[in-house]
Amino acid sequence: MTKKVPAKRPASKILSKKTIKKPVPKKLDPKAQTIESLLELIRVTSTEIPDDVAKTLMKARSQEEQNTTASYAMNIIKDNIDLAKFKSQPLCQDTGTVIFFVYHPPGFFQNAFKELIKKAVVKATQKGYLRQNSVNSLTGENAGTNLGEGHPSIHFYEHNKKEVEIKLVLKGGGCENVSTQYSLPDTTLGAGRDLEGVRKVVIDAVYKAQGKGCGPGALGVCIGGDRADSAYNAKKQLLRKLDDKNTLPDLAKLEKEIVETCNKLGIGPMGFGGKTTLISCKMTHANRVPASFFVSISYMCWAFRRQGVVLDKKNTIKTWLY
Amino acid sequence: MKQLTYPFSPEAVRELKVGDMVLITGKLFTGRDAVHKYLHDGNKSPVNLKNQIIYHCGPVTMKDKKTGKWTVTAAGPTTSIREEPYQWEVIRDHGIVGVIGKGGMGQKTLDACKEYGCVYLHAIGGAAQVLAEKIKSVDGLYLEEFGLPEAIWELTVEDFPVVVTMDAHGNSLHKEVENSSKEILKTVL
Ligand code: SF4
Repeated sequence: MTKKVPAKRPASKILSKKTIKKPVPKKLDPKAQTIESLLELIRVTSTEIPDDVAKTLMKARSQEEQNTTASYAMNIIKDNIDLAKFKSQPLCQDTGTVIFFVYHPPGFFQNAFKELIKKAVVKATQKGYLRQNSVNSLTGENAGTNLGEGHPSIHFYEHNKKEVEIKLVLKGGGCENVSTQYSLPDTTLGAGRDLEGVRKVVIDAVYKAQGKGCGPGALGVCIGGDRADSAYNAKKQLLRKLDDKNTLPDLAKLEKEIVETCNKLGIGPMGFGGKTTLISCKMTHANRVPASFFVSISYMCWAFRRQGVVLDKKNTIKTWLY
Repeated sequence: MKQLTYPFSPEAVRELKVGDMVLITGKLFTGRDAVHKYLHDGNKSPVNLKNQIIYHCGPVTMKDKKTGKWTVTAAGPTTSIREEPYQWEVIRDHGIVGVIGKGGMGQKTLDACKEYGCVYLHAIGGAAQVLAEKIKSVDGLYLEEFGLPEAIWELTVEDFPVVVTMDAHGNSLHKEVENSSKEILKTVL
């Protein structure tokens, strides 16, 4: 049974500031306050697209031709961004690998902070900001808490500021599955051990991903490093704002070139065909040993969930980083 | 924009073509990795799937503590290709007429779509809220032992938006886009 119906979409705007943040009602002890702040960080990360990403996505939306499957996809993406924020519900049901980056002053108690993060994660899961998404790789068991071996993923960095800064990325599984690592030289692609070779493998990765990573996608890339560091540093590039500029001119140029070239491939939103395949590419590098040359590519879906906060002395949220 | 309305049938889905934007109204059954493996292993489905649509989705669900009623708070599609080894058999043995997911599927599934009258409907990946809003009721929960995201959820939906990317005539938008992008790739590498 098929019949024609007109397409209709509600009008809305999405670039407004985070408006529905709940005020913290009562005075809490420092630990409880930290958990509360972390919970709010998780809520906002899971339910709201950062402004820089939203801006880029909306620009991409306006560039797709009307009445195509590509614009259909981008319109639904926009509605979804609006609705998730309005309802304070996860943008995507795959709330991903929960990855914390904690920047702290010297003399900070990392283990104690880890426990608070875990408590906040459990709470966020109970509240539905995170899906029960953590599975034991040996037994297949899902404890339903998002805690387990390696989960959540927490990385600490000491910095020279007095305050604690916490960044959070929720990295979905679909786009993680199309993330990849190349070893140069790659003879099938004719990619050598230079920036031209890097360019080739990154574009190849985007081609291979097609629509499977819920594009339009955003890339984090690391040139060099051992296999593990390379992959990790690629992922860390996702912390960069989309509108920043690489301080290394060669990489700044390459980032731009890769985005432009990938958008010529015509893969488009969701792989339906269309103009926007990639919304950004952020690159870094790490030293390697002479024998190896890895290029790691972390693919992030359009549901680019990253946020960050600075905590004040009372552990309440002082500023939002994105 | 086209509409596909319950009860579904192989005849109705054969009318759909690659590129059609479709709104589905009626019943959907979620099923992902655990369910597909289970059915493929020859286990009996706890619910009759003949002429039904299966949705590759692991929803976020909440149970109301007082009423015991379930609601779906997020319900976007999951990557379909993981079910490629199983899907064709599930279409053949269970009479499914539609598969909703994301990312598309392979040749085996495309062949099964043609032979048995089934379509692959691409939902917008990550659009969990828009899609959850289209769910009007949760009517059943089966195979709960697989964990809530992996269980079969019986849902009633209204105007659930999808794009036909593999039809019952052997056409696949995924193949088309892959081929055309491959040609362009050659010129830029
Ligand atoms: S790739 Fe991203 S948008 Fe797509 S289902 Fe996974 S988390 Fe969601």
